[in-house]
Amino acid sequence: MAKGRIILKNIKFQLTIERLCNQLIEEYGNFDNTCIVGIQERGVLLSDRIVSVLYSIDKNFAFKYGKVDITFYRDDFRRRDTPLMASNTEMDFQVENSQVILIDDVLYTGRTIQSGLIALGHYGRPAKVELLTLVDRRFNRHLPIQPNYAGMVIDAIDEAYVKVEWDEIDTKDQVLLYQNREAAT
Amino acid sequence: MAIVSALSTKHLLGIKYITPQDIETIFTTADNFKEVLNRPVKKVPSLRDITVANLFFENSTRTRMSFELAEKRLSADVINFSASSSSVTKGETLLDTVNNILSMKVDMIVMRHPAPGAAFYLSQHIDASIVNAGDGTHEHPTQALLDAFSIREKLGAVRDKKIVIVGDVKHSRVALSNIFCLQKLGAQVAVCGPPTLIPKHIRELGVQVFYDIKAALEWCDVGNILRIQLERQDIKYIPSLREYALYYGVNKDLLDSLSKKIVIMHPGPINRGVEINSDVADSGQSIILDQVENGVAVRMAILYLLASSNPA
Repeated sequence: MAKGRIILKNIKFQLTIERLCNQLIEEYGNFDNTCIVGIQERGVLLSDRIVSVLYSIDKNFAFKYGKVDITFYRDDFRRRDTPLMASNTEMDFQVENSQVILIDDVLYTGRTIQSGLIALGHYGRPAKVELLTLVDRRFNRHLPIQPNYAGMVIDAIDEAYVKVEWDEIDTKDQVLLYQNREAAT
Repeated sequence: MAIVSALSTKHLLGIKYITPQDIETIFTTADNFKEVLNRPVKKVPSLRDITVANLFFENSTRTRMSFELAEKRLSADVINFSASSSSVTKGETLLDTVNNILSMKVDMIVMRHPAPGAAFYLSQHIDASIVNAGDGTHEHPTQALLDAFSIREKLGAVRDKKIVIVGDVKHSRVALSNIFCLQKLGAQVAVCGPPTLIPKHIRELGVQVFYDIKAALEWCDVGNILRIQLERQDIKYIPSLREYALYYGVNKDLLDSLSKKIVIMHPGPINRGVEINSDVADSGQSIILDQVENGVAVRMAILYLLASSNPA
């Protein structure tokens, strides 16, 4: 496996997460009538971390937290060689009239977020949805979708692959840039 | 995102044609669809560009509704065909009927037919994916899959569990598919019924045979109770339904006399007071209604996985 280039790690990774959390607190205050929804699978690793840091700042924040799987909402179904396995959806609340912070680790083409918005609509009509991502690959978009909160911005060619690794499962918090997806496996 | 292998087959014609890995893939996908069915909006858009034709050449309530619901939950377009109100009554052949339907750009066929092997025959002549919803006395693969899924849900696993199939095994496509499916998943399978309703060479499939209902239920963890298939019987195999109920009917007293609590299943429709009494069918040991609920999720999984191997 070719080595990826580390583009975020250690204290900078931690500070980026904390900055994102503080931006959310600045916008949402006590998080009344607010839901945080992580997109399975790897977006949930970011949302778990965001929620954990928020609670470490104030354990009384009032947001609801859920996780949504978008496999059955993807627009590339029947266009892949093999199907994808769905992960669990854990949404025991409705988002009707709520503010929603949708979280994914890397914003690339925007198609995952499009699928996430459709999936979210099956839990009610939110008052507002904002997107939080750790990495914004701003010039690789296929759809007109932009993040409201971005940890970092990367300019990379289409074939490049960005992977966010987490201490909980990958032993280190870091963001890596690979030449292509195959190099990361 | 975890990738799964596609099913090893383009059609679901019978359990004998699929692998244990296929069954596990279907179950894992069905777990996710069961969660979808408990959402406020019980729909996903996966099959929005697929048209499915339900061809039922035999009467059905549960299976037909379950398939139609599964298709609609996946956002597929659905057309329903009933043989009694079609050109089949004017002498049109099966192949001509299906080819006419496929000419209208139908992508998948779900078929129930009285002739064993009808689905297999069709698969040799058309390109569309076929799901066998029951072909005569041959197989009923989706029923077996939902039965095994229900056992897995209730008992945690199918492997090493003992399941007895009670009743008209000779004429039951559900029995045959269940035997194949449960064995592929590592369960021990037995059958029980009057000797006239147990196929002569059934032991060659690796199943145990009981003629005594109490001994069979004492042996098992799960009893799958079948209806007497009078409509498929060419001669009288039992003296009367009353006698059958006396010797093989499952009632509360019989269950209470066992040394352990077992799980009771039935593919439906139930003939209350014949093969099963109400005090069993409606009891806490029965998972009959769970089977029906699981049927939609399992059929969604099958349709989703078969469609995924048909490129857009």
